[in-house]
Amino acid sequence: MNVVVLAKWVPSPQGTPELGPDYLLVRAGADGALDPGDEFGLEAALQLVEAGGGEVTVVSMGPDEALAAVQRGLAMGAHRGVLITDPALRGADTLMTARALAAAIGRQPFDLVIAGVESTDGYTGTLPVTVAELLAVDSVTAVRHVEPANGALRLERQTEAGYDVVTCSMPAVIALTAGANEPRYPSLKGIMAAKQKPLERLTAEELGLTADVLAPTQRVVDVEDAAPKAGGEIIGADEAVARVADLLAEAKVI
Amino acid sequence: MPTIWVFAELGPDGAASSALELLTKARSLDARLEAVALGPRATEAADELGRHGAERVFASDDAVFADHPGRPGAHVLASLVDEHTPDLVLFSTAYEARDVAGRLQARLGVTLMSNATDVLGLDRARTEIFGGTKIVDVELTGPSPRLVLVRPRSFAAEPADGAGPAEVVTVDAAVPDDLRGVRVVERHQEAASGPRLQDAKVVIAGGRGLGGPEPFAMLDELGAAIGGAAVGASRAAVDAGWVPYSYQIGQTGKTVKPEVYLAVGISGALQHLVGMKGAKRIVAVNKDAEAPILKLADIGVVGDLFGFVPALTEEIWKRRSS
Repeated sequence: MNVVVLAKWVPSPQGTPELGPDYLLVRAGADGALDPGDEFGLEAALQLVEAGGGEVTVVSMGPDEALAAVQRGLAMGAHRGVLITDPALRGADTLMTARALAAAIGRQPFDLVIAGVESTDGYTGTLPVTVAELLAVDSVTAVRHVEPANGALRLERQTEAGYDVVTCSMPAVIALTAGANEPRYPSLKGIMAAKQKPLERLTAEELGLTADVLAPTQRVVDVEDAAPKAGGEIIGADEAVARVADLLAEAKVI
Repeated sequence: MPTIWVFAELGPDGAASSALELLTKARSLDARLEAVALGPRATEAADELGRHGAERVFASDDAVFADHPGRPGAHVLASLVDEHTPDLVLFSTAYEARDVAGRLQARLGVTLMSNATDVLGLDRARTEIFGGTKIVDVELTGPSPRLVLVRPRSFAAEPADGAGPAEVVTVDAAVPDDLRGVRVVERHQEAASGPRLQDAKVVIAGGRGLGGPEPFAMLDELGAAIGGAAVGASRAAVDAGWVPYSYQIGQTGKTVKPEVYLAVGISGALQHLVGMKGAKRIVAVNKDAEAPILKLADIGVVGDLFGFVPALTEEIWKRRSS
């Protein structure tokens, strides 16, 4: 089974994110890493391939720094890496991003594409199915468990009420929830081996993306600081019992 | 006059409240208002959609939309859009709607904005970034329709004055077999007993600090003492498998706006805060004095939750019996 894992490089959650004068997120020079939500997809892909053969390709799109996300995937055990990076893709919206990723994925045959449910910086949550539609394949989102079943997939999908068991033919795109498995840490050997693995860098032009699809369709036109919430008080647990009970009484809920 | 569509999600009781919220908001924009409802009992839901302002509802009760999630809905919606050319289509930021909207975007080659907190016009929507510390207005360009996904509970649903049931246009659910590759074969209910999280006056939510599934019983006991409180969880607790996804509060889970929100052992990742910061009063218990959620709390309790929660439960029983 050949599995493609989509890996996003996201700014470090410890850092202070900033918007530039063009209202785009300042990415260059910022601390960042592989989106932790994507490690579950890498782990699932590696397990599928270890059990059934095949290769794992990790694909990312982003600035030069995003190479770190690809390298992390290779160090975990992915076989090859692809980084789509091009100044023409700066400020890409979801449609541009999906088009670039779908073009990169579609260059060779694949059985399965695994993405996170949503990125931990943007939370858009639609990219995996947009990629699936562009590739004209099936998709299942909110997947918390995946296993092969007679050449197809058997999946558990989170729902409002609980979960559904879903079957899906391949090729397909799935969006895997965080917590679906226990992602492995790259071993020292894995990190060393990653340096020898095939790594391809692609531009928008090499992916056949023409100027007419390289124009973002949304633009931030105004930014305001949200009104900060007046800070409450911080107290110790002993003192808090009566105070919290008072608060519940004031709210007329006890 | 421009036309706004609401893609109405369906719940067990008809139109989901998110659909009624979107219609209520869309009424304030100068446009003709219509809805699309696909799935079992869609026709039934049209009455309520009409009372909230939809003049027409394109409806299909076909089970294909529930049995084969994603592709059939996008396929049928795309043909409806081609035929009727709305200017703006509103969705709720929820799993099912995201699946349809994301595919529709690829089919039509149009713009899509997710997690909006307000719709300012046909080509403009508002959202919050950086954990709600900045509010940004986004201009949407390119071909119509623009697709905007709005976070649930951004608006309160209210029926429109004098509006009756909508005109129902029955939609032909002609879905080719090759779009039915995904099939739901079993459905499992895991929802908690007690009031729904979204409706409860008091929400008690547990996070990573609980350390495992068992301490959630302690939150249930506190909930019983308060009476009518619902128990929820942060994504960390759900991802760890301690409680089912139906408990999850936050960006990907439920948005709650109770009278009182009690966060127990939750540090306050951005993903969680956006789902609960609309609560009227917030109490947070955490052993880490630096936990971001304490900044949001009316009362921040720094200490051991395993001592505090049972003590609070006891105090409430004591007050109730006196």
